[in-house]
Amino acid sequence: MTKKSHRVLPGFGLSLGYALVYLSLLVLIPLGGLIAKSAELSWAQFWDIATTARAFASYRVTFGCALLAAIVNGVFGLIVAWVLVRYEFPGKKLIDAFVDLPFALPTAVAGITLTSLYANTGWVGQYLEGVFGFKVAFTPAGIVVALIFIGIPFVVRTVQPVIEDIEQEVEEAASTLGATRAQTFARVLFPALFPALLTGFTLAFARAVGEYGSVIFIAGNMPMVSEITPLLIISKLEQYDLPGATVLAVVMLVISFVLLLSINLLQWWAANRHSGRHIDGGAQA
Amino acid sequence: MSIEVKNISKRFGNFVALDNISLEIPTGELVALLGPSGCGKTTLLRIIAGMESADEGQVLFHGEEATHVHTRERQVGFVFQHYALFRHMSVFENVAFGLRVKPRAERPSEAEIRERVMKLLSLVQLDWLAERYPSQLSGGQRQRIALARALAVEPKVLLLDEPFGALDTQVRKELRRWLRHLHDEMHIASVFVTHDQEEALEVADRVVVMNKGHIEQIGTPDEVYSAPASPFVYRFLGNVNVFHSRQHGQWAEVDRATHVEKDEALAFVRPHDIDIQRESSAGALSASVLHVQAIGPLVRVEVEHQGEVFEVELTRERHTQLALAAGETVWLRPRNLRVFQGEEMVSSQTFDLGAGI
Repeated sequence: MTKKSHRVLPGFGLSLGYALVYLSLLVLIPLGGLIAKSAELSWAQFWDIATTARAFASYRVTFGCALLAAIVNGVFGLIVAWVLVRYEFPGKKLIDAFVDLPFALPTAVAGITLTSLYANTGWVGQYLEGVFGFKVAFTPAGIVVALIFIGIPFVVRTVQPVIEDIEQEVEEAASTLGATRAQTFARVLFPALFPALLTGFTLAFARAVGEYGSVIFIAGNMPMVSEITPLLIISKLEQYDLPGATVLAVVMLVISFVLLLSINLLQWWAANRHSGRHIDGGAQA
Repeated sequence: MSIEVKNISKRFGNFVALDNISLEIPTGELVALLGPSGCGKTTLLRIIAGMESADEGQVLFHGEEATHVHTRERQVGFVFQHYALFRHMSVFENVAFGLRVKPRAERPSEAEIRERVMKLLSLVQLDWLAERYPSQLSGGQRQRIALARALAVEPKVLLLDEPFGALDTQVRKELRRWLRHLHDEMHIASVFVTHDQEEALEVADRVVVMNKGHIEQIGTPDEVYSAPASPFVYRFLGNVNVFHSRQHGQWAEVDRATHVEKDEALAFVRPHDIDIQRESSAGALSASVLHVQAIGPLVRVEVEHQGEVFEVELTRERHTQLALAAGETVWLRPRNLRVFQGEEMVSSQTFDLGAGI
């Protein structure tokens, strides 16, 4: 036995080196610069800027709305993906194509369109406000609507292939064993879908946290109520308050990183829990 | 519990999958549905299981109407070709599934579930794999787990759809024997679908040969092999030589029955039911030897008669006696022969060729 292992796929060193350089140029160096810039401030100054009431409110709006939107997308994205995979109906291809639109549409267009729809004069907004007394545009609810719009393709597109992979036979097997539809969903289908759903949820959430274009049109941008952190950063920049902007950016970066890391860990756990990564013989009939 | 299928018909668009099928399977019997792909055997099995609904006809379990009973309530055990195990559950949980989804009032206690699952796992000799996941098992092991899972709910009927189709020959042979053994212990009616004639003949009590949506023949393995009811069954089960009575007129003489001289009558003879002789005798066909090949216990001889090639299987002893070589002229005599006109059998003959065979 030699110690040196020969890989089947060559070029590990080269491809890893490339990946690192590429990531550094595009991601790590800009982020490092951001942190370096904010380090010009003293710890006390940093803390003061990061914890103003207005900043706190913006964190709450940004992450709260993103979370809510991602949850809504998780539920309805799953339904959309399920319908698109499992049922045949006229216009299915068209609807399938529509799902990708939020990827391509300029977010400002989405924001303006949604605003005009949900404003108290819009097609939807006038009924929501007139009949139910529920204001959407220019409130945090509007932010959630915009974030749902831009996030849904992430859930649908990650869950869809996994649903396609689930054999119908598995459901039939559950049925012959006496399981009801609800039991089949809860015990057989959902666990199989969960890792993919979590990935879709994470992507939608991450996208929503960083969203700017569509939100600023529909949010109304009232400080303390419907002002998102990215907007606060922009307004600080417009006042040439570069250190203040970087502080908020760093805070967002840290919160996002911690959230995404923990979701990734959860996802890793969900994906590996059952696949049995230790292959140790026993493969004979 | 017995299964009865009455006048079942099923179409998919213009394709007739099942055409007025009736079948009875008493308790304790292991029945094989045998036929080429697309003959409707899997559809019939799925209709019995309630996964597919028939356009017409009835399914009865133990004499009781079950045509519209939901799969969930039919109490059938179903085994799929590709196992259909729950990937995210351990072997133990897979087998326990049927017990865990029972309504609260009927659900056994955790200790009882544990006991029953472990008993089933030792029945399929895989109790040592209880904590593994399906992806860690071989195909044969997965299929045995699938069977244990199906048996956990104490089904009254066991249905298997090409259960060994995805396995290699060795494993398949072992599992066949084992299925037979298991069935004998359970006292339930079992139906399995296969396209492998050897499998059907070896395992089943009765074989149902299907073709193009209808039943060609129902009988014991010996009946369907040695007394096929139609040219299709002849061709599908084992090798067969077909002699056209017009071209091979002397064989029509062998068969002194009346209407064989008609044009489309075909005589079917199995390769091992032909004897090769050195001397001419009444009714024998002359043929020249093309090729001699020893295969295991048999010697296969290819002979040519009037431009057509036929296959003859001789025992090793007979071959040693004859010492055939390619190019020699010999005489063929049938031992067992059935003549069909279209789908209809017009005569069946057995000849005593005396000693030396």
